[in-house]
Amino acid sequence: MNAPREPFFPDSLDLRIVAATQAGLPLTPRPYHAVAECLGVAAEEVMARLRRMLAAGAIRRIGAVPNHYALGYRANGMSVWDVPDERAGELGRRIGALPFVSHCYQRVRHPGVWPYNLFAMLHGKTRDEVEAKVREIAAIVGDADRGHALLYSTRILKKTGLRLKDRDE
Amino acid sequence: MDDLDRAIVNALQGGFPVTERPYRDAAVQLGIGEDELIEHLRRMLASQVLTRFGPLWQIERIGGAYALAAMKVPAAQLDEVAGKINALAEVAHNYERDHEFNLWFVLATASPDAINTAAARIERETGHRVYLMPKVEEYFVGLEFSA
Repeated sequence: MNAPREPFFPDSLDLRIVAATQAGLPLTPRPYHAVAECLGVAAEEVMARLRRMLAAGAIRRIGAVPNHYALGYRANGMSVWDVPDERAGELGRRIGALPFVSHCYQRVRHPGVWPYNLFAMLHGKTRDEVEAKVREIAAIVGDADRGHALLYSTRILKKTGLRLKDRDE
Repeated sequence: MDDLDRAIVNALQGGFPVTERPYRDAAVQLGIGEDELIEHLRRMLASQVLTRFGPLWQIERIGGAYALAAMKVPAAQLDEVAGKINALAEVAHNYERDHEFNLWFVLATASPDAINTAAARIERETGHRVYLMPKVEEYFVGLEFSA
């Protein structure tokens, strides 16, 4: 769970570092130096700012982002739950703590067409595995479950991660 | 993927060092050489085992915004509509799902206002309604996958 943090106000160099690394870090022995060179600043400056943005939560982590399909997780389901709003916090925290849930959010509903307000992403090697996880969550939700659904992804149409346009453009 | 690829994926989904020679420092932890680590990362990126390698931004912390969006699109139009959606740089990922709401994508923008602008543009260009489902609360993000 993400603890509340102090506000963080990036300056223009922070945003240029984001733009320079959003496609990934250079695969060269001194990647931060390469980024710094592109931006015309000192490598120490880039590293100091990355460390600060990590500490501030502006960077969640630095590392490899796997394509979970390629790792054998072929059954990827978005489980969605209609629970009373006043129960969403407690249930969301318990569901988010399960070892097989990769993301858990409360989201806005669209009354009449989309009643679900709690979303938990589940990943398994098979659909049976994912459905067993849905039953595990259903046991936690208990009588707060006013309806749920499981939406498997059937195709990745795009997965690039974020690509912010340079604000100077 | 070979055993070393798996070890790299398991060890490096976070915590990549911010140092002068980070690949060398991470490679030491894995008991391999710097060149070897870089070469394996390069191959896994090329074969799309990895979608990227680098910082994972939480853009709300730098003034930006995210929103999940869903659409109901007739199957015959799905590829055409997905093509129009994917052409927008604001679309970070887009999945087809087996539901009446069959297109699910994430908008990531430099400012909160730009979410509505992007959604309106998609509605205009595709002729289908975009249902924005921004988060109310985040409970957990960030499971690491074991390879």
